[in-house]
Amino acid sequence: MSSRDSILAALRRNAPATSPLPEPPAGIVYPDPAKQFAEAFTSVGGKFVRLARREDIDPELEKIEAYAHARKIASLVAGIGRSNVDLNGLKDPHELEGLDVAIIAGEFGVAENGAVWVPGSALGPQRAIFVVTQHLVLVVPASELVHTMHQAYERIRFQGLGFGVFISGPSKTADIEQALVIGAHGARSCTLFLVG
Amino acid sequence: MIGHAEKAAPFAANEKRAHWHDQALWFVRLKRDRQAESIPEWEELRQTASAIKAHTLSRIADYLEEFERNATNNRIQVHWACDAAEHNAIVHKILADRGITRLVKSKSMLTEECHLNPYLEARGIEVTDTDLGERIVQLRHEPPSHIVLPAIHLKKEDIGELFHKELGTQAGASDPKYLTEAARGHLRQKFMAAQAGLTGVNFAVAETGGFVVCTNEGNADMGTSLPRVHIACMGFEKLVPRSKDLAVFLRLLARSATGQPVTSYTTHFHGPVRGGELHIVIVDNGRSTILGQETFRRSLSCIRCGACMNTCPVFRRSGGYSYGYTIPGPIGSLLAPLRDPKNFASLPFASSLCGSCSDVCPVKIDLHHELYAFRQDMVRGKRVPLAKRLAMAGMSYVLAQTWAYRLAGGLMRGIVPRMPRALVYGPWNPWGRQRELPPMPRHSARGLIQRDLTQKGAK
Amino acid sequence: MPRVGLFIPCYIDQFYPQVGLASWRLLRRLGIEVEFPEEQTCCGQPMANSGCAECTRPLAEKFLRIFGKYDYVVAPSGSCVSMVRNHYAQWLSGREGFDHLRANTFELCEYLVDVARVSKIDGDFPCKVGLHMSCHGLRELRLARSSELMVKPFNKVRFLLGQLRGIEIVELTRPDECCGFGGTFAVNEEAVSCLMGRDRLADHERAGAEIITGFDTSCLMHLEGLIRREKKPLRVMHVAEILEQARLS
Ligand code: SF4
Repeated sequence: MSSRDSILAALRRNAPATSPLPEPPAGIVYPDPAKQFAEAFTSVGGKFVRLARREDIDPELEKIEAYAHARKIASLVAGIGRSNVDLNGLKDPHELEGLDVAIIAGEFGVAENGAVWVPGSALGPQRAIFVVTQHLVLVVPASELVHTMHQAYERIRFQGLGFGVFISGPSKTADIEQALVIGAHGARSCTLFLVG
Repeated sequence: MIGHAEKAAPFAANEKRAHWHDQALWFVRLKRDRQAESIPEWEELRQTASAIKAHTLSRIADYLEEFERNATNNRIQVHWACDAAEHNAIVHKILADRGITRLVKSKSMLTEECHLNPYLEARGIEVTDTDLGERIVQLRHEPPSHIVLPAIHLKKEDIGELFHKELGTQAGASDPKYLTEAARGHLRQKFMAAQAGLTGVNFAVAETGGFVVCTNEGNADMGTSLPRVHIACMGFEKLVPRSKDLAVFLRLLARSATGQPVTSYTTHFHGPVRGGELHIVIVDNGRSTILGQETFRRSLSCIRCGACMNTCPVFRRSGGYSYGYTIPGPIGSLLAPLRDPKNFASLPFASSLCGSCSDVCPVKIDLHHELYAFRQDMVRGKRVPLAKRLAMAGMSYVLAQTWAYRLAGGLMRGIVPRMPRALVYGPWNPWGRQRELPPMPRHSARGLIQRDLTQKGAK
Repeated sequence: MPRVGLFIPCYIDQFYPQVGLASWRLLRRLGIEVEFPEEQTCCGQPMANSGCAECTRPLAEKFLRIFGKYDYVVAPSGSCVSMVRNHYAQWLSGREGFDHLRANTFELCEYLVDVARVSKIDGDFPCKVGLHMSCHGLRELRLARSSELMVKPFNKVRFLLGQLRGIEIVELTRPDECCGFGGTFAVNEEAVSCLMGRDRLADHERAGAEIITGFDTSCLMHLEGLIRREKKPLRVMHVAEILEQARLS
């Protein structure tokens, strides 16, 4: 018998009587989800910026020090940012090394924890971009906020997705004496523009 | 094998360091409390999570087949391993067939359990643990001391010294920011050079044929989006039926683990990286046997959040290594002897049964009740010293006969106070090493109550 | 008038008779016609806690034989009551009278609040008191909300003590951490047990407690052992002693 079949047989033999599969509880509903989102995103070390219009993004970007001094910028949001890296021209994700800033569109934000859903399709030809870049900028429409992860998973379609990630702030670690250090392996900073 | 108490004693004896360890973990527990408090439906979430796990385990074979079907459709190659040896061989074969000699790993307790690193290293593969804490203990040639905080037993000075030696940081430097930056540079090189990435699995979803990995550092993302080959290893119990179940567990996991609302990266893999391959190895390694044990099967619901360790007053004062197993603390005290009762016979006793673990556990495993029950297995299996079993039998006999009990109690209270102190507090009296014995009063409570009654009657 | 049997655990009977007496008097003065059946000894917890199931059986059976006939059984010990409620089924399940016994055995404070519905205890106790929430009463009997659970806070013991005039219940930094007694754990894991106990004492001292109280004398015995060895200016008293002493004043 193959390992697969012997494992499955053992599991069938040893499984207890079936118990029911419950539905997830209704989650908390925030009176002001944008405010909650901003608090959560800030609490995880991210920088939250609320903007009324898309046109406000570019001037706001210039205020980010890392962006103002960046040599290599890649924007995956049409019409936003001084993009100077041709992502389609990269033969290999390793060539992303040295990228200073990546600008990426988030599909929606989750108020309870400040997470932003980024499907693989928003990451361009090399999905490594969100983690290899030194600094990350996310752009999310203000209309696209959900309260909790329960609502988040109602929205996500996994059919044909391939890859998707919730990003909540910059990369961080507290592995040395529980001291929080921002910028472990991934982005050293994460700025979020909530627009509209 | 020496027991938990013997290994715990030296840790507790260094009181200053033990207090520091205790405080560091208690701090995490408090952060967890604050996060849990912010969710009004917290207890309902725990209840749901527990029920989802129970349901999934009750139909686990069906769900695994569903997962396999959907994963295959997602171009994920599914492998099955009965035990650690098979798991290691599968991983090695994937690497060897492709001529891969440099592997980066993100945290996976399963590969620790299977001792994958030494297996691969012996076969010429360079394995780099990329979680900062894991890298630290790897450089020290130590196992992790905690499943979420692998280097929690170390001070920053220890790490500064290690990095000075291994990574060439300045002598005497111990600033966490500086050390983390040095590790970032060092590990970036490893990521850039790696030919394959290996990750654990936090949750796999039957309905979608994909899986989720949570990290704060982004190391799993680096390690799986730069190299072309990604291998993910999971115990079968990581499976949940539906994508909406992820919401329940993700809301609980990071809050319970580190007191964060969610990890920085919650990555969903439903297919290989562009032009690459994705393998998943589903491992049993003794788990199916546990599934068959009614008293202990709930331990398979564990989502490895580490909260039971942070809250455990014993763990905090005895350190992860005192358990001698990959997974320490309350859950480890079940999983270790379930796997090897002979060598881990002391672990079910390494608990005051305070129950804090059961109340903190996000999937409501009745940890302290299982530890209590396990003690009976140990006694039945004669894994508890004979002297102790005899003492209990004697005590039981005396307590079961009221006259014998009264006689023994009276004698003890009469004699002990008259004995020389050196005799009472000899090395045979572990109670009295740091504590006084209770007072030996003249009268028992029943005596006083009787007197009260007769005096009342007289009045 | 319901028949109420008083169970005094063996270590209270032998080492802390004043706790047994205070429980007896307190119940009587609150108008509860409590009886003390003489044949009682021990609930069997030391054996059960050590995993010696067969050594526990005769004691569980004895307990049922003695206390099965009462309407209620009350004990000034959270862990013994938990033994009856949460663990006796292993030996007594299906026995005549066991379901009744299990449903009607109460820890003292629990009995006063939930069954006797005592809402007012008259008395003075002008002291700073640290309340030790022993684990079994806390997490197995739910005498209070444990700090891990996200439910509405309540504390039946504190409710009773809070009735007394002049009492100040001090605020601990860790309101319900284990003291490290844990039955045989206190001896098996002596080093960790004593460190846990000393840490508890430090918390109470920092909070300014003069007296440490609780509903499990076993934990208090462990803490007192440390206090006396280190000659700390602290005292331990069972809740029953405080309530009884305050009433007298
Ligand atoms: S047993 Fe519960 S608390 Fe402990 S690691 Fe597992 S899920 Fe977390």
